[in-house]
Amino acid sequence: MAQLTLPKNSKIDRNAGKLFKAPAGAKNVRAFKIYRYDPDTQANPRVDTYEIDMDKCGPMVLDALIKIKSEMDATLTFRRSCREGICGSCAMNIDGTNTLACTKACDDVKGEVKIYPLPHMPVVKDLIPDLTHFYAQYASVEPWLKTDTPAPTRERLQSEEDRAKLDGLYECILCACCSTSCPSYWWNGDRYLGPAVLMAAYRWLVDSRDEATGERLDQLEDPFKLYRCHTIMNCSKTCPKGLNPAKAIAETKKMLVERRG
Amino acid sequence: MSVKPASSNRPLSPFMIGPYYRAQLTSMLSITHRLTGLALAFGTVFLAAWVTAAAAGPDAFAVFADLANSIVGKLLLVAYTWAMLYHLCNGIRHLFWDTGRGFEMKTAYASGYAVIGASVVLTAAVWAFALLV
Repeated sequence: MAQLTLPKNSKIDRNAGKLFKAPAGAKNVRAFKIYRYDPDTQANPRVDTYEIDMDKCGPMVLDALIKIKSEMDATLTFRRSCREGICGSCAMNIDGTNTLACTKACDDVKGEVKIYPLPHMPVVKDLIPDLTHFYAQYASVEPWLKTDTPAPTRERLQSEEDRAKLDGLYECILCACCSTSCPSYWWNGDRYLGPAVLMAAYRWLVDSRDEATGERLDQLEDPFKLYRCHTIMNCSKTCPKGLNPAKAIAETKKMLVERRG
Repeated sequence: MSVKPASSNRPLSPFMIGPYYRAQLTSMLSITHRLTGLALAFGTVFLAAWVTAAAAGPDAFAVFADLANSIVGKLLLVAYTWAMLYHLCNGIRHLFWDTGRGFEMKTAYASGYAVIGASVVLTAAVWAFALLV
């Protein structure tokens, strides 16, 4: 049965949120409401409000987060690295959709900017989800080239057409925005692999150089691992790289039907 | 600072569609497909009641017909008609998806609006036919 409410320890304490006021004289003030959880206390999560002078802040949501951390509240915790949408570290739920804080412009959000960790994940601290299970699922599809034939004396070649089949798949940065946007993943994430991992699996299924296609399909032919996808398409809508995991999953289902003959 | 074990009492981040995750056309149509499927299962019970009433004789059938002809009964029948036609139209959309087609976001939105439109128009057509003919 689908779980619709948060467990007791996860409910947001609406009265505990703190307000960090903008400096006096700031003209272009914007409120950022940010989910906070401190593992060192027994307190439930809360939402703090930070008022930012946007005239003295960079354009992206990540700029605002860094400004908060360096000027207003050093305890705010989040992951970030490349600040240009290639590392996937700053994936979070901004304004009701999952995306990368570094490529999301503050101006694209109307009103208060609400920021939560990626949905339905165990929270380590503030905006940092525990991705251990997600990474374990990724490892379970054995995302590397598998071959039985003896290694050639040079690279394993691929035609231009076969290489083109990997476009739109290999660009995934494993930020987990898609998987954590998926209601099926929220409710069956223990056994359902989720869009990101299934697209990674498909990337190896269609690779002309890979020789373990049958074995890979055997692994996926399972009521939960693959078939919990019901084409809700939150994944493709939210992908910050513009990829289409829903299509990759559909193609995988097709491969399973086709091999039955 | 000690490192907490993975099994520690970590809170679950908020997730529900609506307050925390933005509702969008594709997810709403998906949940509607499920709900109409559920409604159709209950609707079948009324269909069975109709047939049973007819088999039980004129008195029993008159009771059922009165219920079905009441305002509430008619509203339920309109809802049942729409649920069936929506489920049918969206089912056809799913069949296209099963062939790997229609996954671009633009297409998925267009087909979604088409399903809403078609289910409403077809429901109106069925009732216009039922009431006028």
